Amino acid sequence: MKPQETVMNRDDIYAKIQDVLDDALGVDEDEVTAEASLTADLGAESIDFLDIVFRLEKTFDFKISQGELFPENLTENPDWVDDGKLTDAGLDMLKERMTHVDFNDIESGDRDVAKIADSITVTSLVNFVQNKLDKG
Amino acid sequence: MRWLWIDSIIKHEPDTRLVAIKNVSLGEDYLHDYIINGRPIMPFSLLIEGMAQTAGILVGTMSGFKEKVILAKICKATLDCDVTAGDTVRFDATIDRIDDAGAATMGVIDRRVAGGDAWERIGAVELMFSHIDHNYSGTEFPEHNFVFSDNFKMILETAGLIHLMKD
Repeated sequence: MKPQETVMNRDDIYAKIQDVLDDALGVDEDEVTAEASLTADLGAESIDFLDIVFRLEKTFDFKISQGELFPENLTENPDWVDDGKLTDAGLDMLKERMTHVDFNDIESGDRDVAKIADSITVTSLVNFVQNKLDKG
Repeated sequence: MRWLWIDSIIKHEPDTRLVAIKNVSLGEDYLHDYIINGRPIMPFSLLIEGMAQTAGILVGTMSGFKEKVILAKICKATLDCDVTAGDTVRFDATIDRIDDAGAATMGVIDRRVAGGDAWERIGAVELMFSHIDHNYSGTEFPEHNFVFSDNFKMILETAGLIHLMKD
């Protein structure tokens, strides 16, 4: 008989991410809505992203490479960022590498590189975890 | 006064755990600024700093003290009772997670009161450290490791651990 596998559905993932964000950011569960931006709504700062990565790794028992969940070192590449604005090439790169994030607001807005982190929402984290778990 | 909040490392399990102690002395100036109900009390913030130094050294050992290890976040800190002159404090730090960008540590604080034999658990501190050369994109820091100064070298030397500091 095939061993029974425990499949984590999206609601399970969402609930665990609520706990992760509660611990990492000290926010209440009801603040962690699907659309909430980690930075703009939940007050995450740069070190919190590393904290979230560590807690996700522990909670879901997988390894997250640096730059896999959140974009890093963007501004060091002039092909991606020009005068503080995300270029077309930069946007394409982000969309390709970070399929868990919805960059529509950035694309249709002023492309300010400082606002990229605002695009990362609770839903982005759920997408990310689901993708990782699906890939096994 | 020097910014050292541990006196001695008493245990080191490579890549896993570091334990340090501090003897709280009435000769230390700060205690005289924290008299509560007639008792000089060691401020909790300085106990957290003691844990940060203990855990920070542990994180530092894992790169041979090549990384500049900076306290970046106090994730959790609880203290159940006060520490006063004559007490000994024990900081017991363990690695929770570590990667190129930084580390997360767990730690417990124990106290042995003046004249007592037994240790009692009085607190817990969870911290995050940043390896700053890997973060703060575009910012350059001095090449030499300004975090682990001569004061820390002296503590390592005393504990017989100076060999962990690679040239």
